[in-house]
This record gives sequence, structure tokens and C-alpha cells, in this order.
Amino acid sequence: MIAAVTATAAATAGVVSAVRTQLPPLRLPSVEYSAILPELILMGAALALLLGSSLTRRRPGPGLFTAVTVAAALASMGAAWKLWADVVPAHGGQAAAAAHHPYTAMSGALAVDGFSVFFMVLLTSALVLSALLGDAWLRREGIQGPEYHVLALFCVSGAMLMAAANDLLVLFLALEILSIPLYVLAGFDSRRRQSREAAMKYFVLGAFSSALLLYGIALVYGGTGSTSLPQIATYLAQQVITSNGVLLAGLALLMAGLGFKVAAVPFHAWTPDVYQGAPSPVTGFMAAAAKAGGFAGLLRVFFSTFAILRLDWQPLVWVLAVLTLLVGSVLAVVQTDIKRMLAYSSISHAGFVLIGLQAGTVKGIAGALFYLLAYTFMVLGSFGIVTLVGRRGDTHHSLDDYRGLAGRRPGLALAFAVFLMAQTGVPFTTGFLAKFYVISAAVASRSYALAVIGMLSAVIAAFFYLRVIVLMYSPATGEDEAPRAALPRIPLPATVAVTLVVALAVTVVFGLVPAPMITFARKATLLF
Amino acid sequence: MTVSAGWYLTLSAVLFTIGAVGLLVRRNVLVMFMCVELMLNAANLAFVTFARQLDDIGGQSAVFFVLVVAAAEVVVGLGIIVAIFRRRAGATADDLNLLKG
Repeated sequence: MIAAVTATAAATAGVVSAVRTQLPPLRLPSVEYSAILPELILMGAALALLLGSSLTRRRPGPGLFTAVTVAAALASMGAAWKLWADVVPAHGGQAAAAAHHPYTAMSGALAVDGFSVFFMVLLTSALVLSALLGDAWLRREGIQGPEYHVLALFCVSGAMLMAAANDLLVLFLALEILSIPLYVLAGFDSRRRQSREAAMKYFVLGAFSSALLLYGIALVYGGTGSTSLPQIATYLAQQVITSNGVLLAGLALLMAGLGFKVAAVPFHAWTPDVYQGAPSPVTGFMAAAAKAGGFAGLLRVFFSTFAILRLDWQPLVWVLAVLTLLVGSVLAVVQTDIKRMLAYSSISHAGFVLIGLQAGTVKGIAGALFYLLAYTFMVLGSFGIVTLVGRRGDTHHSLDDYRGLAGRRPGLALAFAVFLMAQTGVPFTTGFLAKFYVISAAVASRSYALAVIGMLSAVIAAFFYLRVIVLMYSPATGEDEAPRAALPRIPLPATVAVTLVVALAVTVVFGLVPAPMITFARKATLLF
Repeated sequence: MTVSAGWYLTLSAVLFTIGAVGLLVRRNVLVMFMCVELMLNAANLAFVTFARQLDDIGGQSAVFFVLVVAAAEVVVGLGIIVAIFRRRAGATADDLNLLKG
């Protein structure tokens, strides 16, 4: 008996040792820290701010937190430019092309290519500008603590990961890293009921859209056998799929999930409420960063991975683009709140980016990227002025508050006029070129109807943008009775001034000399 | 008796639909919240079923990521709910009627 047990034990030990010798050594995936350096800097700064502010006894002023955030964003942008030099050949030629090429990091989970680096630069610029805006807002409202900047830092790192995601699961995680801090930021002004309500609405619909996206990913996984984007593309290229219902349903859910994030009609219901309720600098940040992140995912997944199923998704994007363009610009006309109006205008801008995607060509994608970059600066500048005019409490957002702004604050009125004209698409601004490129891409790919609808929507949009400009330059009501000095003064903090000047400079200078920005966007279509 | 993968997928689709419809029609914020969880777990079930069918570990590991994300969402979501409904008796979405137009 005992002998038998011993024998069994010996046999087991033998098996174990045999297994141990057979097992290959554990191979850990290589981690390319240089490839994720821009994200690491932002996350590191966020953690350092959180830890530092909770460990020090005396709370430092808000200026320090802003300075750290801006420094981290600039450092991250520097790291992104270094990556750009690695992945994009500076000049044509075989040797340069061989030395500089897109690659994947983290065992293929992240793509380091022109596209992801483009979004890194875009998002860090948005972070710098919105951190400066947020600083002025936090001081005005007397809100202490680093949380605002910490959340924005996490948010931007998530959006960057989203642009770099080379795996649908990474895309989902990045979307959540982008969204969850944004839910909190929307409700950051917790003393105002509108802000809390905006957070709740954004949260419920955001969670709903994440669930749609996740189910879409599960179905695509079931249909293709992988969540890795290159593997999906390879599978689709090699197999002739006869019944692809699961895959197409997954594709539709992916589009719905990402459509929520970029506020495409019919998934736009949350946008006006959340844009109106959220604190003004957060709204600007949301319009710039969240939209860019959502479009980064949408463009990469549909343009590169599912390029082969183009005939299936192009009609879907066509319908989305038409609805988004028309609903956005028509409903903006009837708004009386500037933030709601800008929310509908941001919906209509999403429609223009969708035109670029619908074209499904390199030209279209370059146009869409150019549009997103130009829009980032226009919208942050606009919301910078909305923040100022909103005054203490962030409540003065009706169009009437803009009546006669030119008389009180000529500089601000002029800046706002430029931003609004850029959003309209007036020549010599980046806004004009952005619209021009996406529409010419649509024409080049023979989507004439879409191009016409885009231009029609731009004409409708011109009405409500110009209405605000006319209001600003018309005399204030009752100016005869009330002297101008009686109207509340609008202070202009230095941080907001910097934001406005940078946004103006980018909008106008690259409107006059567009070549560098166009080249940047065109090279960014280098997908892995 | 074996249950074929199709039934698991059907169950997952049914759960997902219940969650999605529930989110859209129910008025209590906490119930809406549970509906989101139902949708996420329906996706988990689909992932596991497909992983089993494809004999691939990737789908099963996806579930862990989803669980973590769901937990993070719960934390933030409950925080927002508490911030809003602290001074109210119920948690009804119809009370959120300031922003409209």
C-alpha cells in the first residue's frame, strides 16, 4: 500500500518534472517605453499631481497645478514630435523610407504611425489650451485642488491611446480612459444643478454607447476570430465570407458606439444638454478632445481595417453624414443659448469629418484629419470667449449677453468674430480649407450629392454664426438709459489671453499659409 | 445533453436587448445603471462563447478587462448619482429636466 503510494508520488513527481522541463521559458512581451512616452508623461504627471497635492500639508495655489499640466503637455508633445521623426520619412527616397517606418509596440497592441502621432500633437495642443482656460475658470469660481487638471490629463492620455489602438480591446479600454474622467469633468461645477445633470446624462448615454461598442467588438471577434486590427484585416482579405451577418452587425454596433462619442446624428441626443450644462472650459475641451478621440478610432477601424468591406459601410456613413450635417445646422438656427448653439454646430462639424470618411480615400482621410486639427483651435478659442462672457457663476450664455460686446470689449468681439467666421468657412481661415478639402475629396470619389448637402449645410450654418457676429456689433439694448460703465466688466486673465492668441494665430496663419498643416495631415494618413 | 453555442449567443443577444430596452424605457436611474451592467455582461457572455468556439484564449481574457472597466464605471456613476440625488427622495430620471430645448 505504502509502496504503491510512494510509487504514485514518484510517478507524479516524474510527470511534474517532465512537464517542467517541457514548458518553454516564460516569455514576457517586450514593452517599448519610447513608443508610449507621450502617454506615460501625461499619466505620470496626473499621478504626481494627485499624490503631491495629497501629501503636502499646505495646498499650493492653482497656478502650480496648471504649470505642471502645461509643462507635461508640452513635454508630451515634444516626445510625440520625436516619434514623428521616427515613423515619417522626412524626404522621399528608399533609404529614408527604410529607416523611418510605422511600427507596432506592445506585441502589436499599439500602432506607432503618422496617424497616432498626428493625434498626439492635436490632443496635447488641446490640453495646453484647455488647461489655461480651466485655470482662469477655476480661479474665477474659487475651486481649489488639482482634480480638474488630473482628470483632463487622464482624459487626453486615453484619447491618445485610442488613436494608437491597434486592437479592438485596446480601443475599448482607451475609450473608457477617455470617457470616465470626462463624465466627472462635465459635473465638475457641482454647485450648479445644470452641471450635475449634464454629468448624469453624459454618463448614462456614454455607458450605453460603450456597451454598444463592446458588443460590436464581441461580434466582430466572433466573425473574424481576432480583436487585433491587422489580423482582422488579413482574415478579411484571405477569406471569402458568404454569410457575414454577425460581422456586419458587429460593424454597425461599432459605428453606433463611436458615433455616440463623436455626436453623429442619430446618436447626438446627449450633446446639446451636456454641452450646455458642463462648465464652459470643459465643453471646449470635450468638443476638441473627445471628438478627436472618437474620430481617431472611427477613422482607423473603418478606413484601414474594414477597408475591404467598404461597400457595406460607406452607405451607412453616407446616411450618418447627411443626417448629422442637416440636423446639426438646422437645429442650431433656433437656439437662444450660445453653448447649445455651439453644440449643434459641433454636430454639424462632425458631419463634415464624416464626409471625409465616407470618401474612403487617402484624400478624404487627410481632409478629415485637417478638419479635426483646425476645429480643435477654432472651438477652444470660441469656448474661451464663452467662458469669459459667462462671467462668475458661468451662467450668462444667452445670445443677448453678446449684444454690444464689441462696444465693451472690442478685442474679444473681434476674436470671437474670427472664430465664428472660421467655423462658417470664410476664406483665409483654416475653417475654409478644412471644408474645402473634405468636400473636394467627396467630389473626387463621386459623392456629388454628399458634397452638395455639405455645402448647403455650411450655408445654413453661416446664418447662425453671422447672427452672433451681428449681435456683437449692434449697440447694446437700452444703451441710452444705462451708461456703458454700468454693464458688468468682463475681465481678461492672461492665461485666457494666451489661449485666444494661440488659437487665433493657428486659425489665421495656417489659413493664409496652409502648406505645413496640409503636409502634416497628409503624412498622418500613413497608417500601420 | 449538450447545449450548442448558438443558444449561448441567443441568450447573450436577449440579455443585451433587455439591457438596451430597459435603459431606454426605465425611469429610475439605478435601474438604468443595472441595465448598462446587463449589456456589458451580455457582451462578456458573447466573448466567452466565441472564445470557446474559436478555441482562442483572447476572448476569455477580454472578460477581465470588461469587468475592470465596469467596476470603474460603477464607481464614477454612483458618485454622480449620489451628488445629484442627495437631497431627493427618489432617483428618477424625469427630475433631470433643467437642460432641454
